[in-house]
Amino acid sequence: MSGVRVLVGTKKGAFILNADGKREKWDVSGPFLGGWEIYHLKGSPVEPDRLYASQSSGWFGQQIQRSNDGGKTWEPVGNKFVYDGVPGTHQWYDGTPHPWEFKRVWHLEPSLNDPDTVYAGVEDAAMFRSTDGGQNWQEVSGLRKHGSGPHWTPGAGGMCLHTILIDPTHPDRMYIAISAAGAFRTDDGGTTWRPINQGLRSEHIPDPTAEVGHCVHRIAMHRSRPKVLFMQKHWDVMRSDDSGDTWQEVSGNLPTDFGFPIDVHAHEPETIYVVPIKSDSEHFPPEGKLRVYRSRTGGNEWEALTKGLPQKDCYVNILRDAMSVDSLDSCGIYFGTTGGQVYASANAGDSWAPIVRDLPSVLSVEVQTLP
Amino acid sequence: MIRVELPAHLRTLAGVSGEVTLEVEGQVTQRTVLDALEARYPVLQGAIRDHVTRKRRPFLRFFACQEDLSHNSPDAPLPDEVAAGREPFLIIGAIAGG
Repeated sequence: MSGVRVLVGTKKGAFILNADGKREKWDVSGPFLGGWEIYHLKGSPVEPDRLYASQSSGWFGQQIQRSNDGGKTWEPVGNKFVYDGVPGTHQWYDGTPHPWEFKRVWHLEPSLNDPDTVYAGVEDAAMFRSTDGGQNWQEVSGLRKHGSGPHWTPGAGGMCLHTILIDPTHPDRMYIAISAAGAFRTDDGGTTWRPINQGLRSEHIPDPTAEVGHCVHRIAMHRSRPKVLFMQKHWDVMRSDDSGDTWQEVSGNLPTDFGFPIDVHAHEPETIYVVPIKSDSEHFPPEGKLRVYRSRTGGNEWEALTKGLPQKDCYVNILRDAMSVDSLDSCGIYFGTTGGQVYASANAGDSWAPIVRDLPSVLSVEVQTLP
Repeated sequence: MIRVELPAHLRTLAGVSGEVTLEVEGQVTQRTVLDALEARYPVLQGAIRDHVTRKRRPFLRFFACQEDLSHNSPDAPLPDEVAAGREPFLIIGAIAGG
């Protein structure tokens, strides 16, 4: 019987949650790499027991860990992330030039066809690639050397490259997103990049429609239709039907269009999910009610999903990498909170139940559907 | 023989328990000790000193013989007691954070 493996990164280690296809009874293992911040962990699509984890610490810096047995055991691999050439400067919070400095890996994206190739999105924003299972890392420097680099600025959480999407039908096409620079696309395997932010409007920057400077929180894509992208921006939920060339707002009837994660149903490319959060600065659910919103129309028309979720006194946040879907027949949706809960729905969001309630603050959630 | 004490997380990374002992060629300084430590345990590269600048990571301190040596030159000789193996060179994680 098929099953799911949920990979949870927290502020104090990694946890792995396993269930069969019914997704009713869960086995919780961990903490792995206890005491370290696990910003993200993700498995190879072609070799599911090959996992990569970003392990970081304010004391000891960055490590990358690799597992070849589905997370039972881990080994440290390469942690040397050195920018290509003279790093140069980006814009600091006060508008002054600030040297590019590596801080941590926010996101790891394994290749769709090679278990030894993996991409890393890092802070200060850049993309790195390893082709030897994480031992050695080279910067994909065409991105940072795009002419707009000196104008990129950090968001409140740092200047992070947090989203990497690989087009399954066009292997040289990738999308990335940076807070706060915006979205970028390469069509040549990372050699050259261009900003794809036309249609975004951000009132908190001097030119609200600037080519770069937008605080994109997350982008999602359905594998069957990779030209259609969905974006949760600092404010606004957006949609593109032309590979990011242009964007339209689809926030519609959401109670607030601020949030962090966005994801797409595994089998319905027009069904998307967000978690509206009150902002600026509060960053908790409106009215203390934790609600996932689902649109079955690719945006604009949204319904609140509340069954099984706390509808009073709930003031957690859901971070940008903390939502994921499985690909079982009845699509499962999962998300983790800053309060340490991981919620699961085995029926596309109609009802929810916590898998665990008391983990450390959740930074990321990824799901693997196992044969 | 130089004795080095690591914080718990670095012992886990390096796969060691207790003190580490190292042979150091030439003068015994922070740099030569850390070079020998990283050569023996490559996984510690970048965890104590920045990969590029080679500077001590800000939340780590170097102690020996009841002294904080963190701000000494990395090329200054370590105390004779450390060089002779009678006292350990301590790498300390700052008491900070949540």
